[in-house]
Order: sequence, then C-alpha cells, then structure tokens
Amino acid sequence: MSTEATAAPTDANPAFYLAEEPHHPEGSSTALGFWMYLMSDCLIFACLFATFAVLGGSYAGGPGPKDLFDLPLVALNTAMLLFSSITYGFAMLATEKGKVGATQGWLAVTGLFGLAFLSIELYEFAHLIHEGATPQRSAFLSSFFTLVGTHGLHVTFGTIWLVTLMVQVGKHGLIPANKRRLMCLSMFWHFLDVIWIGVFTFVYLMGMLR
Amino acid sequence: MSDSYTLAKIIFGRLTWESFPIHEPILIGTFIMVLIGGVGVVGAITKYKLWGYLWTEWFTTVDHKRIGIMYMILGLIMFLRGFADAIMMRLQQAMAFNGSEGYLNAHHYDQVFTAHGVIMIFFVAMPMVTGLMNYIVPLQIGARDVSFPFLNNFSFWMTTSGAVTVMMSLFVGEFARTGWLAYPPLSGIAYSPDVGVDYYIWALQIAGIGTLLSGVNLVATIVKMRAPGMTMMKMPIFTWTSLCTNVLIVAAFPVLTAVLALLSLDRYAGTAFFTNDFGGNAMMYVNLIWIWGHPEVYILILPAFGIFSEITSTFSGKRLFGYTSMVYATVVITILSYVVWLHHFFTMGSGASVNSFFGITTMVISIPTGAKIFNWLFTMYRGRIRFELPMMWTIAFMLTFTVGGMTGVLLAVPPADFVLHNSLFLIAHFHNVIIGGVLFGLFAGINYWWPKAFGFKLDTVWGKRSFWLWAVGFWLAFMPLYILGLMGVTRRMRVFDDPSLQIWFVIAALGAFMIAAGIACMLMQFYVSIRDREKLRDTTGDPWDGRTLEWATSSPPPDYNFAFTPVIHDGDAWSDMKKRGYQRPLDGFRSIHMPSNTGTGVILAGLSTAFSVGMIWYMWWLAGLSFVGILAVAIGHTFNYKRDFHIPVEDVVRTEGERTKLLATQG
Amino acid sequence: MSTCPIPDSSTAPRRFLRFLAPLMLLPLSACNFVVMNPAGDVAVQQRDLILISTGLMLLIILPVMALTVLFAWRYRKSAENPDYDPDWDHSTSLELIIWSAPLLIIICLGAITWTSTHLLDPYRPIERIDASRKIAPNTKPLEVEVVALDWKWLFIYPELGIATVNELAAPVDRPISFKITSSTVMNSFYVPALAGQIYAMPGMQTVLHAVINKPGDYEGFSANYSGAGFSHMRFRFHALDQTGFDRWAATVKADGQALDRPTYLKLEKPSEKDPVRRFATVDATLFNSIVNLCARPGQRCMSDLMHIDAMGGAGKESAKDVEGLRHDAHDGSDPLEKGALQKEPEEKGSSPHLLKDSDKAPPGKTPTGHQHDNRDMTMNMDGMSAHHPSDASAPAHTL
Repeated sequence: MSTEATAAPTDANPAFYLAEEPHHPEGSSTALGFWMYLMSDCLIFACLFATFAVLGGSYAGGPGPKDLFDLPLVALNTAMLLFSSITYGFAMLATEKGKVGATQGWLAVTGLFGLAFLSIELYEFAHLIHEGATPQRSAFLSSFFTLVGTHGLHVTFGTIWLVTLMVQVGKHGLIPANKRRLMCLSMFWHFLDVIWIGVFTFVYLMGMLR
Repeated sequence: MSDSYTLAKIIFGRLTWESFPIHEPILIGTFIMVLIGGVGVVGAITKYKLWGYLWTEWFTTVDHKRIGIMYMILGLIMFLRGFADAIMMRLQQAMAFNGSEGYLNAHHYDQVFTAHGVIMIFFVAMPMVTGLMNYIVPLQIGARDVSFPFLNNFSFWMTTSGAVTVMMSLFVGEFARTGWLAYPPLSGIAYSPDVGVDYYIWALQIAGIGTLLSGVNLVATIVKMRAPGMTMMKMPIFTWTSLCTNVLIVAAFPVLTAVLALLSLDRYAGTAFFTNDFGGNAMMYVNLIWIWGHPEVYILILPAFGIFSEITSTFSGKRLFGYTSMVYATVVITILSYVVWLHHFFTMGSGASVNSFFGITTMVISIPTGAKIFNWLFTMYRGRIRFELPMMWTIAFMLTFTVGGMTGVLLAVPPADFVLHNSLFLIAHFHNVIIGGVLFGLFAGINYWWPKAFGFKLDTVWGKRSFWLWAVGFWLAFMPLYILGLMGVTRRMRVFDDPSLQIWFVIAALGAFMIAAGIACMLMQFYVSIRDREKLRDTTGDPWDGRTLEWATSSPPPDYNFAFTPVIHDGDAWSDMKKRGYQRPLDGFRSIHMPSNTGTGVILAGLSTAFSVGMIWYMWWLAGLSFVGILAVAIGHTFNYKRDFHIPVEDVVRTEGERTKLLATQG
Repeated sequence: MSTCPIPDSSTAPRRFLRFLAPLMLLPLSACNFVVMNPAGDVAVQQRDLILISTGLMLLIILPVMALTVLFAWRYRKSAENPDYDPDWDHSTSLELIIWSAPLLIIICLGAITWTSTHLLDPYRPIERIDASRKIAPNTKPLEVEVVALDWKWLFIYPELGIATVNELAAPVDRPISFKITSSTVMNSFYVPALAGQIYAMPGMQTVLHAVINKPGDYEGFSANYSGAGFSHMRFRFHALDQTGFDRWAATVKADGQALDRPTYLKLEKPSEKDPVRRFATVDATLFNSIVNLCARPGQRCMSDLMHIDAMGGAGKESAKDVEGLRHDAHDGSDPLEKGALQKEPEEKGSSPHLLKDSDKAPPGKTPTGHQHDNRDMTMNMDGMSAHHPSDASAPAHTL
C-alpha cells in the first residue's frame, strides 16, 4: 500500500502506524468505482435483454421484426457508433500525449458521430410510430423500444457529458482530474458500443431470423 | 369545459382538494400530531439558531460518521411510522370478527399493510444497516473516510428523499394498495389508476439510486482504502459481511431499477410489459422483482451476521472461532442468494424439476448459515462471557433465528410451500428472521457501537427492560401467527368469518403492544443515557475491551479518525496492538488531507423529490423543470475542482493532546 | 366451521397435536388445524412432508438451541471457568462436523424434496385415492374449471354442464382435475383440507389434481391478495358421497338459470360477498374464452393471436389493427390504451375501474353514467352493494 514507518520495525516491536501520511493518489478508487457503476448499468441492460427475450415474440397479432426492421439503416447506425468509438480512442491517444487541441478535435468528431447515431435512431422510431408500430402496440414493440431507447438515452447523456468535458478541458487543460474524467467517459462510451453490438445482434439480426 | 379548469389541470395535474384525506379521522389526527411535532422541532431549531449549524455540520457533511448517524436517525423515525402501521394491522385483525368490519375499511387497510412492508424494508432496515456500515467500516479498516465522500452524502439524501415521498403519501393522496411488491396486473394502470402505485414507484426508484451508489462507494472503500497490512483475510468479519452485502447491492438493485422502470412505462406510456393484453406477461415482473428481492434479504441479514460475530468474540473475550470458514460461509451465501428467487412463487405453476431445483438451492443456503451459528457457539465455548446488552441481544438472536431458519427451510420444500405459501405461517417465518435476525442485530450493534459514536455507554436498566419486552413480545406476537398459518389462515385478510380464530389474533395484538412497550423503553434508554451522559462517559475509547481497529481511536473519533494511518499485523488488530504493548504516538503529527463539505447532495435530492411529485401528480411542468434542474446542478458540480482541504497540524496536535490528557486521568 | 370431520386418532401426527392441545390451554380443536389435519390425500401427504422435514431439522436445531443455553451459562464470566482460552479459534475436526452435519441433513431433505415435489406436482394426475387404495384403471377424474373473478369464484363442471358461484362440490374418493384461471388479477386457489394452492392468473391456465377422502363441508378461498374485496373471496367446498353429489348436481340443474356470455359479463364485474349462485346450463366454450381473454363479444382470442405470432406476425398493416385487443380497463371507447403521458388533461386518472374521487365528472361534463366498479370498496363499510350511483354526481374541485 505505502511505505511503512521510518523507525525499523522488528518482530518484537512492530510498527503499528505510519509516521508519514500515506499517499492515496486522489481519485485512486475512481476507476474501480466507475467500473462497478458500469457493471450495474450492464445489469439493467441484462434485464431489458431478458425482457426482450421473453416478450420479443409477442406481437399481439401485429407486425413482427421482419415487417418493421430496416437492416441497412440499422447497419449504417451501427457504423456511426463504431466509428465514434474509434475516434474516442484517438482522443484518448491524444490525451496521453498531452495534446489538448487534438483531444478536443477528436472529441468533437466523436460527439458528431454520436449525434448522427441518435438522429438515425430517432428517424427509425418516428418512422415506426408513424406506421402504427408504437410501443403500445404489442409487448414485442414495448420491449424493443425500451431496450433500444434506453441505449439511445445513454448515448444522449454520454453526448451531454462529452460536451461538458470539452468545456472543462478547454478551461483547465489536461489536468489529472480531467484525464480521469476522460478515461471514465471512454469506458462509458465503449461500454455503450458493446451493448449496441448486443442489441444489433440480438434484436435486429436475430429478429430477422425469427 | 371552462378554460380555468383546463389550466388548473395543467398546473396541478390530478391533484385536487379531494386528494387530501380530510374524511379520514385517523389521518387527520396523525396529521395534526405531525404538524404539532414539526412546528415544535422547527421552532426549537430556529429559537436556538441551529439551522446554520445543522446545515454546515450535518446536512452538507461528507464525514462518513455523521452520515452514518443521520442514516440511523432516519431509520429510527421511519421505524416508528412502520410500527404504527403494524399496530393498526394487529388491532384490525383482532377486532374484525363476528360480522364486525373492524375499524379500517379496505381502502385504508390495504394501504397500511403495503406501507408497512415497504417502509420496514426500504426505509428502516436498509438505512439502519447502511448507517452502521457507513459508520463502522472505514474505522475498522483504518481509513479516513469512504472512497467517494460526496457520493455518500448524496446517497443518504436520495434515501431520505424516498422516505419523504412515502410519508407524503400519508397526507396527500394515498399509498399503493397492492402489497409491498406491487404485483401486476393489480399494480398496472388498469387496476390501480390512482396515485398510490406511483408513490410506490418513485419512492423506491429514488431511494434505490441512493442505495446503489452507496453500495458502489462501500465496495470501493473496502477494496481500496484498507490500512497497510490488512490483507483480505485479516479484515474484521463485519467488514467482510459489509463487503459481501455491498457487492449484493451493486448486483441486485439495478434489477429493481429496471423492473420499476418497466412498470412505470406501463403506467405512464401505456406499454404492454406486464399487462394481460397486447402480449404482456405479469410473471416476468414477479421473476424480476424477486431476482432483486431475494438478495435483498441477504443484504439485510449479512451485516447483522457480522455484528453478531464481532460481539460474540468481544464479549466472550476470545478470537472468533473459525474465521476462515466464516468468510467462506459469507461468500457462499452471497453467491447462492442469486439462485433461489423462484422459491417465492412455487405455486405459480412451474414444473416439478424447476421447483425442486430452487427448493434445494434454498436449503443449501442453510448449510453455511448453520456453520455460522456453530462458529458463534464455539466462540462462546471456553470463553468468559460478559452479559452486557449487546451479548444479550446476540443470545436472543441465536435462539430466535434458528427457529426462523428452520421454518424457512420448511417453506423451501415445494409441496409444503403449497399449503403454507401466503399464509400467516410465512408471515411468522419472515418476521422471525427479520426481527430475530436483522432487528436484533441492529439493536445489538447500536448498544455495542453507541459508546464509540457518542463517547458514553447506553443505560442498561432501560436497555434490559427494552430487551425483555422485545424478546417476549416477539414470541407472543408471532407464535400465534405460526399457529394460524397451520389453521390455513392467509395473509392480508381484513375480516374473518371463523370466530374461533380471534383469540390468536388477540394474543398477537398483545405481543405487538409488548413490543410497543419495548420500543418505548428503548427511546427512554436513549433519553436517560443522554441525560446521564457524564455518568456513563467512556474516556478510554475502548469500553468493551474491543478487538478491532475502531476501538483504537477516541470516542467519538476525531474528524480524521486516526492521526496516523494504522499498520495491521493481525485480524484482531486492536487486540494484537494491546497485547504487544502498543504506545499511542504523542508527537510527529502532520496536517491531514480531508474532503470538503458540499450542499450539492441536498439540492439534488430535493430536486429529485420535486421530480417525483411532478410525476406522481402528473404535473409535467414540475417534473420537466426538476429534471432539467437535476442535470444542471449535477453538471455544475463537476465544474467544482476544489473539493478538499487540509486539517492544519495545530488542530491535530490540539485534538490529540486533549485525548492524551483524558487518557491520563484514566490512570 | 360448520362441520368438522372427527379426527382419526390412529395416526401419529394427530396424536402429537392432541398432546399439544392441553399444553396450550387454548381452544385448539384438531379441526382448526386444517393444514395439519386435512381430508384429502394430497394435503395429507403434504402434511406428512411438513412433519418429516420438521423432524429432520429438529435433529440439528434442538441441539444448537440447547448448546446455546448451555454455553451461555457455563462460560459466563462469573463462573471463572478454568479452561478459558482466548486464543483458541480453530479446530479442523470441529469444522468438519460443523459443515457436514447440516450438509447431511440437507442431503436427506434434498432427496425428499426432489421425490415429493415430483410426486405431488399439481400437474401430475392422481395415482391413488389414499395411502391404502390405488385408483381403479380408467377412472375419469371429475373436471372442474375454476375462474377467479373480482371477488368471487366461478366453478364450471363441463361434464355436467352446470356452473356455480362461491360453491364447489365433489364426490369423495374420485380424483378431481381443476383447470384454473382468473379474469383480471392474480389470485390463488386454495382449499386447505383438499390440497395445496395454485395461482389463478389472467390469460393463463394452471392445473391442480386432487382427491377428497372424507365427506364434509370445507373452506376454500383466495390465498393471494387481489384488491379490496379479497377478504371475502371465500367459498364452501362440499365433499359428498356419490349419491349426495348426484343429488346436488340435480338441484343445480333444477333451480338455476343459464350462464351465457351476457350473464357472465355481468357476473364478471367487481362485487363483494356474493351469495352462492347456481347455473343449470353453461356455455361450453366459456372457460376457454375466459382463459383467452375473449369472453366479451368482439374480443380477439389470445390463442388466435399467438398463432399469428408464431407465424411471424401479421404484416405491416396489422400495426394499426387494434380492434378487440384491449382487455384491461376496457370501457369500449379506446381500443389502444393511453398511458398517463398521452392523455388529455381532463382524461387524467380516468379509467373504468375507478376510484371514488377520480370517477366524479369534471365540471361542465355530464356524468357518464357508466357503472361504478368501486374497486377499492372505499365508501361502503357494509360492503354489500357494489354500486353507488350517488357517488358519481358530486363535482370535483380542482385546486
């Protein structure tokens, strides 16, 4: 953990305290804490996936996935999110090198990809609702909209957070606190990517095979 | 339709004059009492100019000790409310015979039993358990605070926000009439269109966020902040059980969040998750809520097990027998608690193989639990047991809990459960383990750690009165319920046909009144102890000849807990230090790095309460504004980079000097 | 309880209870302990299982409790026991016993659980009349279709073509096969003297097989809270000999009305403390349509919908085709239910299953006059009438 007391301790007379303040680097628990938060968030998605697994076949005499899903559009959407993950990676590389400008640039690109993803998703939702395939129409659609929508909501908050961080990096530069935050957002963003791959496979691809 | 009518609907949603229960004399009486009490408290605080002190020293504090105490106070207040509900139920069931409808109509009675369950689990047991963990764990591991001090404050206020929301339902609108787990379709918008279930959802959702964050916080604290030398297998057993509990919280509460979110979508957006029609499936809800609900039971009992372990070892004057097997037992229980949820609904028509699988996994949990009881037994063996109050509660627990455990295993046998499910036998069983296990554990813990928190012991005369009234009252209140269960009497009944049952309900009501007397004695115990605090003063910081680190520092501990970070060589660290002639350092102090207080937690929780009210009463403007407010405050908080300060070395020297003097007067 | 079968003192458990009764000095007739003294073979086996499991567990619970008291007494501080050993904290042999003793008991109990759960599976047809009598081959069980309504029980006898409300009858020693469902919310069908309970759930069908061995008049009820009228959701179960049962069936045939769809739809509406009702004839498809949520004319049956779903859905155009799908809170006006967020301000808190406050018409609107379902039974302490038309007239005062 840290250095022990200066006076050499012996077995008979061991040191029972540290004479120096232990050096707990600020935010040393942040990565662990944030990781645990992500895992708990992952459990929320697990519940939503389970709900979709149970209710995904209950169309209530209405349309099924084959009638509704537009795979090329979803593939485009997936590409947006995957690209955003890559660009976030570039932002982190720039951060490591301490380049504020490059970091900001890549963050902006990431945010734009995120917005593109959200816009395509909203277009998809609006289209479905317009056709009458609303979340109220069947349990399948309820669980579909909720699972995909919850992911979309996460991306929305991620984007808000990203903008906030860009402002903070702009104000204070790449200080340790900001680096830590960038690292957390990076975990969050990649996590959403992983979840989306699950959604794409499990909801869209397997839905088409149903 | 008039415009002012529409305008009023937009502003007040579905809140009307009719929402205030002015036709319920019981509620009006309660409201007047609460009003008088509230005005008294607010008046006193204002008169003695305590608002500033409360705000700066308590409400905004990030000190884990103060937050722990606030959790305990919250739990205690809510306990009085939850117990009032219990007494009302006992009275109703003792009266409603021979054609009498009792004194509560269904509308009121059904709220009472729902509120009793919700309050006792979420707003009594949870805050008290969290409070003890918050107070004790950082001290036991030799840390200055938890990993995320601000988050800790925020978690507490979110829990409080949930409690406030539940209390609000008493006077504005009504609470759910669905039972404490709100099974759909009954809790769906079609069958419960009023505000009750919405109060339920938002109170639990908000409090659940607090609990989840506090779970993350304590896991990180235990994993990252232990004093040097404290390996995992040298952690005090209470810290171990706390670790497992908080892992359970992090792994179980998201499920509650998700399932409540789905139920609220059904209610607010008209989706079809748990409806009868449009392909919904109510059994999905029952599964999900119990996937959270069963671990929840262990979230409550594991810390109690930890408390009993500490107490048995301390008061027997011995090391804990079988520390390693105790740790493994705890971990096994933690894991197994996830694969037993279906035993709550064997009667829902699963196949025999599924039912027996979950029945057997449930029974398997009794093996590590049994091992724990044996370990406490053999800790007492060859000890010298001091029967102080904490130890008395522990013995009472061992005798009570074993019976509860036995009936629990009985209920895990599916064919037996078919005849006992939902009966008063089940009610007796879970009160047997929750009162006999969790509550007795909390009382033992309060009596044990009170001197640490306040620097004086609790009065034993009133403590013993309370103890005996509780122990006897418990059996008197719940034995009849076991018997009634075997007579085939089911739970949540408001009136009864068979007059021969009445005597049992009367006995149970008498038991409940004994418990009420026990609670009164406990409050008296607190009062008398605070009054006689100088007589009960403990200056050593170690009144029980304790064995773990929390007893190494002063009582109450200074803000920074330990002037120097302790180094651990043994599981019973403080025992080891005492035995090997540890000398308290008297110089060489340094300034200490600490987190600063912040009011953000209070503000965020307040906005969350406003958001809940907006959602419950369909005041969409309020919900929207509060939500934007929450976002803005949260983002604003991240712009504050200056969140810590240093306690100057002079302050440390002064504090430690005072302690040196105090210890010297000890002789 | 009006009649109570005289307990047969030959079996051990009952002797045990008789021994217990004077001990408690309380009015404990064996009859009260219906779970411990049932009259049907399934419930008897379940009772035996309770006793066996309890006995098994007492093997370990009693010694633990005795040791607790003994150790607490022997090792109290004032006893100054000489063998005090503050550092004694481990013993491998003791640990072995500590873990293996409960393990052995759980292994026994687990084996019993596995076999008994399969033998007493409510879905498993009855194989014996009681401990000594096997079932004659080709015995056809008596079929009873059970519907939990708000808050009463409907029993349909498809073979006899009759139906009853809040009254169940069956011949002794003949297996009974229950098919169970519910019309709105979850209930649990439970006759303690006969057999364990099973949930009654809307849109689903559960099954219970049982047999009653002693003639008598037993109690049945819902064991799962289902709303305001739950306390009174009780019925009598008459176990009769074959001639008695035939006579009972004949009386039902003779004096009852017909249970057709309109009668059922009226019956289905929430009500409390319903008297026994008998129906001489019953619509043969009624139960099936209740399970499939299509008892009301114009409703589409779940079985049909599920068939469509299994074929992959009904195509894009079907999205807007929602006629006949709504079952919950159906007031005939809105086929696709709106959540709170989608409602106009004046619609808020309105629903056919209304409460007394929100059911009142807003000013400027005439009361709709549809029947008040009074789901929460708030206003009537006598609980007899479900309809309080007077309650729908007072205007609501908005703040």
